[in-house]
Amino acid sequence: MTELPEKVEDIEIRLLLEALFLRYHYDFRNYAMASIKRRLRQAREQLGFSTFSAMQESILRDADMLPQLLRFMTVQVSEMFRDPSYFRALRERVVPHLKTYPSLKVWVAGCSTGEELYSLVILFREEGLEERTLFYATDINHDALETAQAGIYPMERIPLFTQNHRQSGGKSSLSDYYQAAYGRASLDKTLRKNVVFSDHSLVTDSVFAEMHLISCRNVLIYFDKALQDRALGLFEDSLARRGFLGLGSKESLRFSSHASAFADFVREEKIYQRSSE
Amino acid sequence: MMRPGPQIVVIGASAGAVDALGAILPSIPEDSGLSILVVVHVPPDKRSVMAELFRAKCRLMVVEAEDKMPIEPGVVYFAPPDYHLQVEADKTLSLSGDEPVLYSRPSIDVLFESAAEALGPLLIGLILTGANQDGANGMAAIVGAGGIGIVQDPRTAFAPAMPEAAIAACPQVRVLALAEISTFLREVEV
Ligand SMILES: C[S@@+](CC[C@H](N)C(=O)[O-])C[C@H]1O[C@@H](n2cnc3c(N)ncnc32)[C@H](O)[C@@H]1O
Repeated sequence: MTELPEKVEDIEIRLLLEALFLRYHYDFRNYAMASIKRRLRQAREQLGFSTFSAMQESILRDADMLPQLLRFMTVQVSEMFRDPSYFRALRERVVPHLKTYPSLKVWVAGCSTGEELYSLVILFREEGLEERTLFYATDINHDALETAQAGIYPMERIPLFTQNHRQSGGKSSLSDYYQAAYGRASLDKTLRKNVVFSDHSLVTDSVFAEMHLISCRNVLIYFDKALQDRALGLFEDSLARRGFLGLGSKESLRFSSHASAFADFVREEKIYQRSSE
Repeated sequence: MMRPGPQIVVIGASAGAVDALGAILPSIPEDSGLSILVVVHVPPDKRSVMAELFRAKCRLMVVEAEDKMPIEPGVVYFAPPDYHLQVEADKTLSLSGDEPVLYSRPSIDVLFESAAEALGPLLIGLILTGANQDGANGMAAIVGAGGIGIVQDPRTAFAPAMPEAAIAACPQVRVLALAEISTFLREVEV
């Protein structure tokens, strides 16, 4: 008998996600269910609803509820030079190829609060590629994008960032790129001069430029297989021939129907190269 | 009524985990039809050593879980450090970077609760030694969803707190010593 109420809850969750899509065009219907359910339960508790149906009614009728709910829907964890070995592999293995192009486009998809983007900009500056590169940093979370655009991080995170940067083979000192004041580190504005920040969803939006490198780390784990395939199709269509795709350290193309469009480039680091057909 | 036997064992272990798992996993034969998913609390900055450590000792195949891996019989999956490991309804694994639960990522509760929801009656939940409360809620969820609950006898555990918490949360679990757990897993009809 314990099954009945759970089934009802599954229906309610599906209806809620449908409502969110129909009313606001935020599409979480194909996110990986286990973690979306956890986060929705947290939202229900903390926003004070007794059922998902009640939450659905409120979200449909009251647009002010949307930002409150959205805060629970996406996971914002990031770090500069997170997984230093990934950035080291980009530097040592991918950069030599990128150096052969006169101009470059780099897409950080699901950039969250910007740490991954700034890591790449610093790496490109160190390698003498920044001037010829246009960076696109996209996400669906507006608060995160604003933080990314501001480029200000709590000072207590800097030691970790510094250590990661060094381990990634950094050729400069991270302290060259920020100013510390009032417990916060403000990144140098010039790091943003070649960056376009934009609201873009891997679920509902399409290709917008031809890229040489796409870095999309720890975003696809929140999608189910069908949605991962959609996003990977988007990456395939966005990448120049022989362009590069980097994923998170526990993500892979192995279980995707797009696997054949890419070849392993640095296998341990989940860096792939688009096949030239 | 015919009921499918258990197919998937989810295990949570913390302080003392290596020895406790060492008393169980190597004894499971390679033709066992069980799939085994394991969360061990490890520091987030550590490169995962658990899968490597047990690969050498086990007859089953041992891997570190990756996102979207299908759950196959005869394979042991360890949660990677700093990610939650979850079970989806289509019998695949998913990972997430959601906040730590009870200070832990990976969290035993997250694995057990997602597994209970996706595959309830097909599960055996197993809580081993540990010095915290993680897994108690998850164990209750598994047993509530029709799975089998087993807890290491706290008197035989390196750290009794975690087994004690699981038993308190879910008194109907079987309380067994490591050798008995091993026998149970070898003999269970899959
Ligand atoms: C865990 S963060 C990853 C941050 C960064 N890439 C890293 O690895 O450090 C996941 C990000 O994916 C974003 N995201 C979720 N769904 C998305 C979608 N449909 N399109 C684009 N970004 C999305 C979230 O808002 C969040 O900022």
